[in-house]
Amino acid sequence: MSQRAARLALPLPARTQRVLPGFGLSLGISLTFVSLVLLLPMTGLVGQLKGLSLAEYWAIVSDSRVVASYTVTIGAAAVAALANAAFGLLMAWVLVRYDFPGKRLLDALMDLPFALPTAVAGITLATLYAGNGWVGALLEPLGLQVAYTWVGIALAMAFTSIPFVVRTVQPVLEDLPPEVDEAAMTLGAGDATGFRRVLLPYLWPALVTGTGLAFVRSLGEFGAIIFIAGNAPFETEITSLMIFVKLQEYDYAGASAIASVVLAVSLALLLAINVWQGRFIRKLHGGRG
Amino acid sequence: MSIRLSDIAKHYGRAGRALEPVNLEVAEGELVGLLGPSGSGKTTLLRIIAGLERPDRDPAGRILFGDRDVTDVHVRDRRIGFVFQHYALFRHMTVFDNVAFGLTVLPRRERPSSGEIRARVYRLLEMVQLERFAERYPAQLSGGQQQRVSLARALALRPEVLLLDEPFGALDAKVRQELRRWLRQLHDELGFTSLFVTHDQEEALELSDRVAVMSHGRIEQIDTPDALYHAPANRFVFEFLGDVNHLEGEVRDGVLTCGAARLRTSLPEGRERLLLRPHEVRLAETPSPEAHLPATVTAVSPVGAEVRVELAADWMAEPWLATLRHADYERLGLTRGQRLFAVPRRWHRFTADGRPQPAAPARAAAA
Repeated sequence: MSQRAARLALPLPARTQRVLPGFGLSLGISLTFVSLVLLLPMTGLVGQLKGLSLAEYWAIVSDSRVVASYTVTIGAAAVAALANAAFGLLMAWVLVRYDFPGKRLLDALMDLPFALPTAVAGITLATLYAGNGWVGALLEPLGLQVAYTWVGIALAMAFTSIPFVVRTVQPVLEDLPPEVDEAAMTLGAGDATGFRRVLLPYLWPALVTGTGLAFVRSLGEFGAIIFIAGNAPFETEITSLMIFVKLQEYDYAGASAIASVVLAVSLALLLAINVWQGRFIRKLHGGRG
Repeated sequence: MSIRLSDIAKHYGRAGRALEPVNLEVAEGELVGLLGPSGSGKTTLLRIIAGLERPDRDPAGRILFGDRDVTDVHVRDRRIGFVFQHYALFRHMTVFDNVAFGLTVLPRRERPSSGEIRARVYRLLEMVQLERFAERYPAQLSGGQQQRVSLARALALRPEVLLLDEPFGALDAKVRQELRRWLRQLHDELGFTSLFVTHDQEEALELSDRVAVMSHGRIEQIDTPDALYHAPANRFVFEFLGDVNHLEGEVRDGVLTCGAARLRTSLPEGRERLLLRPHEVRLAETPSPEAHLPATVTAVSPVGAEVRVELAADWMAEPWLATLRHADYERLGLTRGQRLFAVPRRWHRFTADGRPQPAAPARAAAA
């Protein structure tokens, strides 16, 4: 015993002073993996750009047809993300706060957009919402055209990205004890006030993160959208399609240039969300917000 | 404001009865404890009084605050203060905003000006000695401080009824003691009627004007702490309020036998179960003429006003506990593993259905 204590008292070499073992090995392996699947392809992408001069790069990314695709993509993604914020929040609420038959099934169903090949989803949506499809046939007489318009694009984006909102809000809501709602009620708060003053501020970081992720995911979506989008130049072309078109023309540098824009926007957004959320959470967990 | 319950019952689906029809009266300004083991229905009862749960429609029970029938009044309109075991503070709000919440959600006509809200919140924070922490977030406070915030928050609307659900359950012993004193002081100062739930006998007996002892969805007895302890209505109340030693055996020819244990009594023939409080057990080096109850000391705890001694023997179903004065402890020179004899000073008996029979001093019974 005393021998062991004596050994422990010896100054240890600096690199073994962590209590939890395996830091070097586990970090090494995960970094290698991240490099292979994430960093290497991205480096390749940036590498493709070096054949371009700055002027050429600018010409490609500011081409009027490409710019129109940015507008379509960002607009539709914003609509999809906001719709998902509302419905995803509701869905998470239903899954956490109520018990009903089939709850487990519905819960599992939420992940389907993650699991389903996006092209399958795209073809299904396009068939359903086309003028002769089940849903399209009902909507078209009302003057609502979904397929081959930006509404269809937003719909496809909403489909593929709803799990992001549900799955980020759900655990936070599960963490919120029902007593907090009850406390608000005993203090005289009505349902709307309780939602606005207690529930929403509490879920806000998770909701913003989920919505942000859904938005970023929608920016890059391809498979689910192209079948329903119609792909009319300047009207319903998304940015991913622009990349695809460049690739079909063997213009790798052009494709990379457009891709780099999407990449930069996505990365900037993700980083912003992370930083903002970190601040918020520090406040909840005791730091000086 | 007085609280009156008549025929309040509750059951949950097929899970069964949580509450038998309960009648309870709490006088204005009284502090009453609801005491019982978990699953006894005490929290359900409290939540029904608060309006957080609905009583059964059949029988149609009623809840009255003073003369006001609140049975069908929503919790937000009952104007009660409620304190939760785990504080249930709004984590994204500062201490100030938490306490001010009830005032800021009042309808515009009744809402005080922001200056007045400020003054009232600071008065409340002063009362719970947290005025320096107004701008902190709940996560930056200790458990005891958080519960004080929650108390201040519940009192912000000046409720006439304060309900507390295991308010000190999540706190450590010292803080708990301090908060108890707090609650009693606030209660006496502000004159509200309080009802609190606890599973801690000591807490209930120390804090309450009256205690309602509950088990299996029924109120077994409601009385002052003194009456509960000295005149329990049944065996459950007796056993729940403090430690109890059991002596169970066969009485034949005036002697109760249980393994190696023998006790001379004047009880009728047949099976008997005697109950003894720890202070009703004397320890001696030799058996007395009336009692031969050999036991081995398994643990000694000399902390406090009395020495607590744990005893074990083959004839005991569960270890016994005896308390003795420090002087006796030193005279006997008790150590763990020592063999000695327990001598009952007196004991208690209950009928098969739990009714008390007169407690008897052991010697008189043996005579």
